[in-house]
Amino acid sequence: MSGLILSNVTKQFGTFKAVNDVSLSVPDGTFVCLLGPSGCGKTTLMRMIAGLDLPTTGSVALGGEDITQIPTHKRNLGMVFQSLALFPHLTVGENIAYALRIRGVDKADQKKRVDELLGMIHLSGFADRSVNKLSGGQRQRVAIARALAISPKLFLLDEPLSALDAKLREAMQVELRQLQQRLGITTIVVTHDQREAMTMADTVVVMNGGEIRQAAAPVDIYRRPADSFVADFIGSTNLIPFRADGRGQASIFGSAVDGFSLVGAKAGTISVRPEDVQIVTAEGSSVTGTVTFIRDLGGTVETFIEAGGQQIVAVSSPRTRPNVSIGQTVGLRFDPETSVVLAQ
Amino acid sequence: MRREPPQRFADYGPLVFPAAMLVIFFVIPFATMIAVSFFERQQGGFYEPAFVFDNYGRFLSLFFGKVLGFSLFLAMAVAAACVTIGVPFTYLLSRSSRAAQIRWLVALLSILSLSEVMIGFAWSTLLSRTAGITNLFALLGLMEAPQALTPSFGAVMTAMTYQALPYTVLILYPALVRLDPTLTEAARTLGASPFKAFFNVVVPALRNTILATLIMVFIFALGSYLLPQLLGRPQHWTLSVLITDQAIYQSNMPFAAAMAVFLVLVSLSLVGLAVYAGRQKEAA
Repeated sequence: MSGLILSNVTKQFGTFKAVNDVSLSVPDGTFVCLLGPSGCGKTTLMRMIAGLDLPTTGSVALGGEDITQIPTHKRNLGMVFQSLALFPHLTVGENIAYALRIRGVDKADQKKRVDELLGMIHLSGFADRSVNKLSGGQRQRVAIARALAISPKLFLLDEPLSALDAKLREAMQVELRQLQQRLGITTIVVTHDQREAMTMADTVVVMNGGEIRQAAAPVDIYRRPADSFVADFIGSTNLIPFRADGRGQASIFGSAVDGFSLVGAKAGTISVRPEDVQIVTAEGSSVTGTVTFIRDLGGTVETFIEAGGQQIVAVSSPRTRPNVSIGQTVGLRFDPETSVVLAQ
Repeated sequence: MRREPPQRFADYGPLVFPAAMLVIFFVIPFATMIAVSFFERQQGGFYEPAFVFDNYGRFLSLFFGKVLGFSLFLAMAVAAACVTIGVPFTYLLSRSSRAAQIRWLVALLSILSLSEVMIGFAWSTLLSRTAGITNLFALLGLMEAPQALTPSFGAVMTAMTYQALPYTVLILYPALVRLDPTLTEAARTLGASPFKAFFNVVVPALRNTILATLIMVFIFALGSYLLPQLLGRPQHWTLSVLITDQAIYQSNMPFAAAMAVFLVLVSLSLVGLAVYAGRQKEAA
């Protein structure tokens, strides 16, 4: 069995379970993003993969070998920290060569590898500069090159782009993904930015409260969220409560709606993305609401509708914008095809 | 916050009090001492104003040269010992829990409340034959019989290091607390053992702080005159001991002043040299 395999990993700090019984399999060469709000355990999970924290129970295996008890410095991995942690007393070249120097690689080979890596990160000729005189994006690249110097089996990045401004961050996301694909290296990134996760990852692992809520491809996470937390955390969504009568007939806000097959369920939530909410005329609609606000952003139009004591947002493009005004009563349709029924 | 430099004379107002204090309690006494160092001693009495170099000429001898050399060596050895113990200790302290940090810092600060005399007598008891720790060693069978560890160079070093260590830790502590803990973690992920990471990353990143600490402990130790007398043999006496001896027991103020001025000049030039060397290495 190759790749990285986490089996029932738990990390407890006192009585607090930072990571609770997490199992995850990362095949070789894939790009995985650990995504979740702060305090969800994603950084702790990564630190356990790196060996900086020891799991309370459970095991970590890499390439078929149990590495749970192997100290960090013998794991041969590359890691980029949120703070970047570049060594301030060393030059760019010395920073990148650090892992090689520790392993006793001879000077000429070190220099060759450093030049190669500097070329890869588009910083050729920067070897003798002080790391304190680089821009944020350049420091970022140096941290990446330093982590990749020994061509590790596993590449870990903890919130690597959070210190960069929005524009540079987007550019680096693309660059990082292309680099990973070119090198074919197994990569795990911790992030709280869902755009970042959607841009880069093969698999997005959504975490909350120390547990994995869903692990799937980005588009599946968005289209088929496993629960209301995932639906709400990834993009924006309308979470609408429903009741079912046991024979499959669902009702929303007390009115029967057709098309949802809910045999066996009694109550729950359906998640409808704002772009999937259809605004129709009030006549003949089972669910109705009142338009409370219209936000015209140029590229998209957001219509806020109050229905059943809840606010529902519908997004449409300017061309298909509904002809409604504030205070008007409108009908709402939720297409069973694009709505997701979430277990309660 | 205003950032422009003071414009009018009145802007310097807040400086008047500290400046006056500095002049009255530091500049004037030091100037007096420099002046006295050129005065002529009157046998059996005090001194009278003159301008002679005899006092300086007198310690251009092998004896005083040796004492000066030993004083500088002792101060450097104490500074080196303090930093060698202090850096790893403070590093571990800064990584421990808040409650543990507070307990250690309170204990260290309480050492500062002890006078040099108390420290000296405490160590002389502790290292003595009759009541010292060697009795404990003998009891445990580590030693055949209790023996006196003082007076000796080791006793002087131990007590002076003990006295200067709290200062060392207090200077190093803020720098080590601010040191990014991910620096050592990064070194570990790159293949350095925790031990290697400490010497490869923590020590070089703190180079300037360590240099500043060395200089401070050096100067602090250079002024010590009680502990060498209490715990050392005459060959372990520092220049400060001789200055005290000349000033108080021999009533030779001009000579004592000349030695003091010379000691200040030598230590200032050594500090200047260390700072200059530090700058050079940084620029390289």
